[in-house]
Amino acid sequence: MDRLLRNPIVGTAFTVTIGLCLIALLAPILSPKDPLKMDFKAQLTPPNWSYPLGADSFGRDVLSRLIHGARISLGISLSSVLLSVAIGVPLGCVAGFVGGLADEVLMNAADGLLSLPPLVIAVALVGTMGPSVRNVVFALTVVYAPRFARLSRATVLALRGQDFVQAIWALGARGPRILARHIVPNTVAPLLVLATVTFGQALIAESGLSFLGLGAQPPTPTWGSMLSESQGFIQQAPWLPIFPGLAIMVAVLAFNILGDAVRDAIDPKLRGR
Amino acid sequence: MAAYFLGRAGRGIIALFVVSIVAFLLLHATPGDPIITMLGPDATPQMARDMRHRLGLDLPLSSQYLAWIRQVLRGDLGISIRTGQPVLSLVIGRVPTTASLAVFATIISLLLGVGLGIVAAANRGRLWDQTATVVAVLGISLPNFFVGILLMILFSVLLRWLPISGPPVDFLRAPAESLRTLLLPTLALGASYAALVARMTRSSLVDVLSAEYIRTAYAKGMRPSRVLIRHALRNAFIPVLTTVAINFAYLLGGTIIIEQIFALPGVGRLLLQGVEQRDYPIIQGIVLLMSAAFVCVNILADFLFGVIDPRIRLGKAGE
Repeated sequence: MDRLLRNPIVGTAFTVTIGLCLIALLAPILSPKDPLKMDFKAQLTPPNWSYPLGADSFGRDVLSRLIHGARISLGISLSSVLLSVAIGVPLGCVAGFVGGLADEVLMNAADGLLSLPPLVIAVALVGTMGPSVRNVVFALTVVYAPRFARLSRATVLALRGQDFVQAIWALGARGPRILARHIVPNTVAPLLVLATVTFGQALIAESGLSFLGLGAQPPTPTWGSMLSESQGFIQQAPWLPIFPGLAIMVAVLAFNILGDAVRDAIDPKLRGR
Repeated sequence: MAAYFLGRAGRGIIALFVVSIVAFLLLHATPGDPIITMLGPDATPQMARDMRHRLGLDLPLSSQYLAWIRQVLRGDLGISIRTGQPVLSLVIGRVPTTASLAVFATIISLLLGVGLGIVAAANRGRLWDQTATVVAVLGISLPNFFVGILLMILFSVLLRWLPISGPPVDFLRAPAESLRTLLLPTLALGASYAALVARMTRSSLVDVLSAEYIRTAYAKGMRPSRVLIRHALRNAFIPVLTTVAINFAYLLGGTIIIEQIFALPGVGRLLLQGVEQRDYPIIQGIVLLMSAAFVCVNILADFLFGVIDPRIRLGKAGE
């Protein structure tokens, strides 16, 4: 970990991630203005001293909206990744450990779900159930949980055949105990890599959904909805889409870099590829 | 050989089965009551009962599924609640736009991605490689809707070279016009795809370039560019094509957003209209067709690789 963070790029990505989390947590303290307060005299003002990143078409402070948007965007991505882990990992571990019919059924279902185009499914699910934060989290969990199930099953299968597990069996330990004490801890590393990478994808998916009006509903700011609201004004205010777009990009970039770094740290064979 | 193709086809059929269940459950078992949402708050219980009966929602779930899947297999995807037209013909009318978008985005991303990947692999560890890697990572992290808006600002607002949105596009009928309208959407859609392709091309080429037959080729005194193109690229291509096939799903998802940004009348926009107007048969039909398209692309890709590379067919890939 120490060695990883000494790499300047990884260090920066790590700092950016911590910074974004702090911004999301401390949004009410950090944001200079009320993100919902409209000031019609300030409509579409370019960046200046009182509006550091300008104001949107309702005269709302873009900086404050970005800061509050971090809460929703990062919050939804984090919840859906955590839920996917919480649902996918136990199912995958059990399927891999127990085998047989349970394995067949669970993995065919997971493969089936994995063979669906994620955003199409998410749009359809949220569209049918109605746009809301809860439904976005649900849809993204449906899309991402099978990946975690697949990966944890593969890891468990690989571990089950290894000598140390065989030895514990021979010592008379029971199945559930072996699974909980000896196998699950060893699946943490690969799952961490997948979780980091998935987080970046969830963030893009969440922004995409809220860009389409299927995320948190107005006037709540999200990065995706700020981007789509700004699209109608690119003639008058071409700077407006830049900030939410950059926010999404920087966050996703930081997570992709971290994901790569964690993978390299765990599997040195992959370094530099 | 036959076992390989049968196995792939079998997995495809299982995937299609899951697709059909998801599409089915979408309308029938979502939390909340789609009928009430569909009819609005003023609906009387009688109206809700009638609608339920009309859609067959008063039968047990399993017989509803069987009835529905029988209908689907006959090519009947139901009737749009808002327009009264068959869903299938509504979707088919939108396919040319989405298909042109997807095909051109794939072509652009292959050209850009493979090019960038070759440059990176040929200059491994040097400035060109690092630049190409940075560009690829940036591309993967940029959401296509942001790329789309940036392109729009650059070419339509600042440079005024291209219109913000153009006439309906049908490449087969009006190639020149549709290319003009499609250029920016295609670039936006293809950018992150290109980045993925570039990454895969690079790592796959780097692998192949360390093989012994490549050293032999160099030892024979062959020009490096020839070794790269003739010997290495050929063998590096299968993982690249796999990436293209797998990420076709993201391309399909991407068309929804890109069509919305550029106001293109494609399948994705029809889906969003369905969502806006709570036209559930349309949502269901499009989920089914788009997912089926994706599953078929992947089966075809697997078949193709089996034909190209006997190692895959015989289950020896990776040895």
